[in-house]
Amino acid sequence: MLGYTLRRIIYTAPVLLGVSVVCFALVHISPGDPLISILPADASVELQERLLVLYGFDRSYLEQFFLWLGRALQGDLGTSIATGRPVTAEVMRAVGNTLMLASVATVIGFVLGCFFGFVAGYFSNSPLDKAASAAAVFGVSVPHYWLGMVLVIIFSAQLGWLPAAGAGPGGSSQWRFNTEYLSYMILPAITMSVIPMGIIARTVRALVAEILAQEFVIGLRARGLSEFGVFMHVVKNAAPTALAVMGVQLGYLLGGSILIETVFSWPGTGMLLNSAIFQRDLPLLQGTILVLAMFFVVLNLIVDVMQSALDPRIKR
Amino acid sequence: MVDATLSQPAITAVRSAGYWQNVGKRLVRDKTAMAAAGVLLLILLAAIFAPLVAPMDPLEGRLINRLKPIGTEGHLLGTDELGRDMLSRLIWGGRLSLLMGVTPVVLAFFLGSAIGIIAGYAGGWTNTLIMRTVDIFYAFPSVLLAVALSGALGAGLGNALLSLTVVFIPPIARVAESVTTRLRSSDFIEAARASGAGAFTIVRVHVLGNVLGPIFVYATSLVAVSMILASGLSFLGLGVRPPNPEWGLMLNTLRTAIYAQPWVAALPGAMIFMVSISFNLLSDGLRSAMEVRQ
Repeated sequence: MLGYTLRRIIYTAPVLLGVSVVCFALVHISPGDPLISILPADASVELQERLLVLYGFDRSYLEQFFLWLGRALQGDLGTSIATGRPVTAEVMRAVGNTLMLASVATVIGFVLGCFFGFVAGYFSNSPLDKAASAAAVFGVSVPHYWLGMVLVIIFSAQLGWLPAAGAGPGGSSQWRFNTEYLSYMILPAITMSVIPMGIIARTVRALVAEILAQEFVIGLRARGLSEFGVFMHVVKNAAPTALAVMGVQLGYLLGGSILIETVFSWPGTGMLLNSAIFQRDLPLLQGTILVLAMFFVVLNLIVDVMQSALDPRIKR
Repeated sequence: MVDATLSQPAITAVRSAGYWQNVGKRLVRDKTAMAAAGVLLLILLAAIFAPLVAPMDPLEGRLINRLKPIGTEGHLLGTDELGRDMLSRLIWGGRLSLLMGVTPVVLAFFLGSAIGIIAGYAGGWTNTLIMRTVDIFYAFPSVLLAVALSGALGAGLGNALLSLTVVFIPPIARVAESVTTRLRSSDFIEAARASGAGAFTIVRVHVLGNVLGPIFVYATSLVAVSMILASGLSFLGLGVRPPNPEWGLMLNTLRTAIYAQPWVAALPGAMIFMVSISFNLLSDGLRSAMEVRQ
């Protein structure tokens, strides 16, 4: 267990380094001079030179990378060109909102996905299975940004039950826990939960069908165990994989929230990315992507280690 | 098995149907998969023959006709925010949307398979080097990587296609690598090597046929994801530029109309959904017809 954890951590280090190289390269693959967006149009050559040195763009890529990485490791991701504020502060403020939304969505998706998956797996090839499997296919096929729009049309535009956009009254940028703020979260969370719902339902269906086909289940039934008892055995066997899928899905939602946050004007990392892209705010783009990718890698690490702890059969 | 063949020589005389013929037969019997294939074919044909099928010019509209509801005389599916005919735009939009959704997966299919097969067949350090590099790109959530690359490269069709191709190469390369690695130690490859076949010949004759099937099934399911992602990039303003008709972009520009003409505004998304779910159902059918397990 400890050995596996250590090996897994050591294996993650080069991936993290690679991820930071990709994030660093983002600024340099973008067309045009990296300074172009901060320089006034009539800037003198002298000013250009001075800024070039100030931002370190006159050094070699390798030097620039290690300078940038060193600062990033100390929590300094540079300054946003659009707002002039530190990128780290901007990202941290937004990450909370996205994490909140993605966690709620993952829980909803997990509960629904497990329900559909168990129903489909237990009553394999029955009409119930067909219905539950259809829900799963719907979840993995629907363009979620469109689903969000349709939900806004129905529940905000037509029925007027729920707010259409924002994280709270008066365009609040920070989500708080009370009933008024809660109503702002319902539509984006449901929209977001559809993806993990579909994926978890498919996984659980396959898992349950596979477990039920094993001989130990026949053994349990032969020894007269109640159907509930058998069910508990299935849950126990399916849980590690299902939980692992849930963990990975949380990471996907965190990283992929840009479309949903754009639809609902949710003030999270997705909105931040969106504004960074359209204001050509490259430090902000780079910093946000780095933080989200690191989150994803570390989350995958935690999921893997926890899965091997929960399921002693996994010895890798 | 041997006894059965000896006692029933008549059976061995009947030429057994090939593997792909069997797959085809099983697939044709799958009603869901066939319905999905039918929908896709219909949308594809409409897109290809858009100049003949579309009732009006997708780029020309009159502001006086803007945001007409579904079922308007002369505008079967209404008009958009600039008074352009929705039905015509949806038909024309299929061209760019399908192109943007399918091309990255096709490119990634070739590049990813090549990378994965080389890594899997070479083994050793080459494998480690290639697959650890692939892992770095795999370490990004797909939406994030697509947005990051096309955001940095700048908006545009070419950049969006490039970004999506980069997104889909790692998952395909991983599947190709794991299948090839499993295959590498099998007896018939050993035998081919022992009889003096070169690496290129072994890959061409023995590896490709066994590897491409599973990758192909996997790739068809990726097209569903790719459709959603590609239109998503256009929806964000990172893909196709206006006034070109593309479903994701249409969905974005119609967002302002969700109070005035909600169901017209939702139409482009319904098209993306239809194509995406059809690809998923077709892929499921293909998988069970080929009995490929993931």
